[in-house]
Amino acid sequence: MGKKEIKKERIPVPERPAEERIKDFKEVKLGYTPELAIEEAKRCIQCPTAPCVEGCPVRVPIPQFIKLIAEGKFVEAARKIKEENILPSICGRVCPQEDQCEKVCVIGKIGQPVNIGGLEAFAGDYEARMGSEKIEKAEPTGKKVAIVGSGPGGITCAVDLAKLGHSVTIFEALHEPGGVLIYGIPEFRLPNEIVHRELEALKELGVEIKLNCVIGKTKTLEELRREFDAVFIASGAGLPYMLNIEGLNLNGVYSANEFLTRVNLMGAYRFPEYDTPVFAGKRLAVIGGGNTAMDVARTAKRLKGVEEVYIIYRRSEKEMPARVEEIHHAKEEGVIFKTLTNPVKFIGENGWLKGIECVRMELSEPDESGRRRPVPIEGSNFVIDVETVVLAIGQGPNPIVMEGVEGLEIGKWGQIIVDPETCQTSLEGVFAGGDVIHGGSTVIQAMGDARKAAAAIHEYLLEK
Amino acid sequence: MYRIVKKRELAENVDEFVIEAPEIAQKAKPGQFVIIRISKKGERIPLTIAEKDPEFGTITLMVQRVGKTTFHLSCFEEEHIIPDVVGPLGKPTHIEKWGHVVCIGGGLGLAPIHHIAQGVKEAGNEITTIMGFRRKDLVFWEDKMKLLSDKVIVTTNDGSYGMKGLVTDALQKLIDDGVKIDMVITAGPVPMMKAVAELTKKYEIPTVASLNPIMVDGTGMCGACRVTVDGEVKFACVDGPEFDAHKVDFDELINRLNMFKTLEAEALKMFQKKHCGCGKE
Ligand SMILES: Cc1cc2nc3c(=O)[nH]c(=O)nc-3n(C[C@H](O)[C@H](O)[C@H](O)COP(=O)(O)OP(=O)(O)OC[C@H]3O[C@@H](n4cnc5c(N)ncnc54)[C@H](O)[C@@H]3O)c2cc1C
Ligand SMILES: Cc1cc2nc3c(=O)[nH]c(=O)nc-3n(C[C@H](O)[C@H](O)[C@H](O)COP(=O)(O)OP(=O)(O)OC[C@H]3O[C@@H](n4cnc5c(N)ncnc54)[C@H](O)[C@@H]3O)c2cc1C
Ligand code: SF4
Ligand code: FES
Repeated sequence: MGKKEIKKERIPVPERPAEERIKDFKEVKLGYTPELAIEEAKRCIQCPTAPCVEGCPVRVPIPQFIKLIAEGKFVEAARKIKEENILPSICGRVCPQEDQCEKVCVIGKIGQPVNIGGLEAFAGDYEARMGSEKIEKAEPTGKKVAIVGSGPGGITCAVDLAKLGHSVTIFEALHEPGGVLIYGIPEFRLPNEIVHRELEALKELGVEIKLNCVIGKTKTLEELRREFDAVFIASGAGLPYMLNIEGLNLNGVYSANEFLTRVNLMGAYRFPEYDTPVFAGKRLAVIGGGNTAMDVARTAKRLKGVEEVYIIYRRSEKEMPARVEEIHHAKEEGVIFKTLTNPVKFIGENGWLKGIECVRMELSEPDESGRRRPVPIEGSNFVIDVETVVLAIGQGPNPIVMEGVEGLEIGKWGQIIVDPETCQTSLEGVFAGGDVIHGGSTVIQAMGDARKAAAAIHEYLLEK
Repeated sequence: MYRIVKKRELAENVDEFVIEAPEIAQKAKPGQFVIIRISKKGERIPLTIAEKDPEFGTITLMVQRVGKTTFHLSCFEEEHIIPDVVGPLGKPTHIEKWGHVVCIGGGLGLAPIHHIAQGVKEAGNEITTIMGFRRKDLVFWEDKMKLLSDKVIVTTNDGSYGMKGLVTDALQKLIDDGVKIDMVITAGPVPMMKAVAELTKKYEIPTVASLNPIMVDGTGMCGACRVTVDGEVKFACVDGPEFDAHKVDFDELINRLNMFKTLEAEALKMFQKKHCGCGKE
């Protein structure tokens, strides 16, 4: 094998050109064709140690599925992935592979790593077009499990437990299931249609989803504990942090959650066909440098009437937590980056936002986290004229689910504390995972937690 | 799921809906609200639980037609199913045995006021209710409030029914008459709540107001509903909707309610052009 010549460059995934794609919300990436997928799959050298599998939080059998693609067995490839990951079309699109499986891919040492994510999405999409396979289910155990939240964490745990024969009910606060996949990540990166499609597996497994049910309000956690044999909390981190500077409550200032929920979940980009409005002026600024900030900026670019979109970030581009690919896409689409810039005040006129007073920053010594700390340059204040600003400075766990609950151990920023081995909380029979234990994290991390929790819940139920 | 069991028109542009929602009816406490979505392309709007019947599993909503969604909703007749109703949301009203409580509701503010008055009465308080309307034919639920209150004062702006003037005129009169007031609870249009708060502040009467900012999720995840109370940012859907009226920045709230005004007007115009008055295409 070693003698075969290795192709250093990866086969690019075809994309729609920026000028065209910013006019709509359709997916940016067109995905591999079968020919391109085979060609890319052949770059994998099938290393026996497969470090990529170690890099994947749910341990997808990567070389095996890639081999199947190289042989043209696309449906089989998808089913191979689904042994460990039931959401290949979603994960293939949104996972930060460059920090996980692709980071450790051996080809990466001499060239570009194998495009594992692109191949995963291809296989998932291909199988969906062929009609998915029926999922095997064990004999009913008679045990009942309640899951709070229908994001990737809740979905994954539900699937694992249902396969083991437990009866599973998901409680979701919103009117649609999917969590951030539906209300947060925009259509042009992850079409809602794909999320709906991958959720079909839940129906097939007999998982019941109760929408419009807020745990802590409609039903309490204590009631769930009484009615079910075990509970898994995957309520995410939906509480937006606000920037407490002057002018926060002017009209035109949104949290990223509000902005994205209006556009993605409520379809405000199709207003007035859809009833939910979103107001955005000619110029819009996003504060922050993470994936959420990029999603907001690119969403704003696509809204009618918006001409200029800025990203305002207090460190330099190098420190941005957003994926490199997203920063690249945002730039291609004309988003203007104002780095080393920090807002100090929102300026209003008659109650409406007119501009942001900012200060320029410079980087000083690295802090405890190892990142160089930004400090303001005195007297460098200036104003950026905008009618809309969206805060994307992070979010924490929403405390509603814990309302009125005694004995649940909570950390200092509101996260539920769990045993890292089992995801069990301080309450017997109650487990938790995903963003509610980590704060804003990743889809695959939530899925990894959920799988761990499902195994522990299964064990707990058998012993009970 | 959420079936309209009963519907009637209470006054011009105001409808009452009794909706089947057993879980919500079980849990609802005074001061809480629901968020509803009436169609697949619809928006989520907050409405107060004016009354509940846990036995029959129903809640009563009172709706004023002001824009597209509320006009559309008014076309729905009995037996129609509302796809999404979520709740009960918000913090229940903090109720104590205060003594003499004056409940002040303007127009649709009677929805929260009615449910709250039920709780206040149960706690053993004496209640005076002041209900404000623009004119006689807009008056509703006077009988219901009479059942709960020791005294009911109805005001109309033009004097066509009850006392002529505003709710604050009636309140001022109570104060001038030397009536002892231990607590004021108010709900209604923001300018009215603001006026009530200014008046009671002068006399140092504790006052809470039930606020009605724009909401999306109603569960604390977006911040659309944020208000400033005592200089701090609060989310009305989870920290409220009731707050100490003397500490609320009412001018900011009035301003924020205008955020989508132009777009809302556009949506209503489109809707009315496309539908006959009743909303059916
Ligand atoms: C804009 C944005 C972009 C992102 N992009 C990426 C990306 O590209 N790649 C990536 O890996 N990660 C990304 N993330 C992060 C990722 O989406 C999350 O880490 C992941 O969704 C967490 O999954 P979860 O199941 O823990 O929670 P969530 O997906 O947040 O789901 C939680 C669910 O619980 C529901 N819920 C909350 N409280 C209650 C309650 N009391 N009762 C009932 N239901 C409740 C919520 O409505 C929600 O549906 C992004 C996040 C955002 C906000
Ligand atoms: C906690 C809470 C409880 C409420 N309870 C009731 C109730 O019991 N009965 C009832 O009729 N209404 C109630 N409201 C107000 C109701 O939600 C709005 O009237 C409704 O959202 C308007 O929807 P629309 O599409 O018909 O009109 P829109 O097109 O949204 O708006 C039309 C007009 O109404 C104004 N408006 C928009 N949102 C609100 C709002 N939240 N409050 C006041 N005015 C608004 C707009 O500025 C605009 O001028 C409540 C609001 C809150 C926040
Ligand atoms: S590390 Fe890279 S080359 Fe090796 S098996 Fe995994 S994907 Fe293939
Ligand atoms: S309505 Fe979204 S936080 Fe209150």
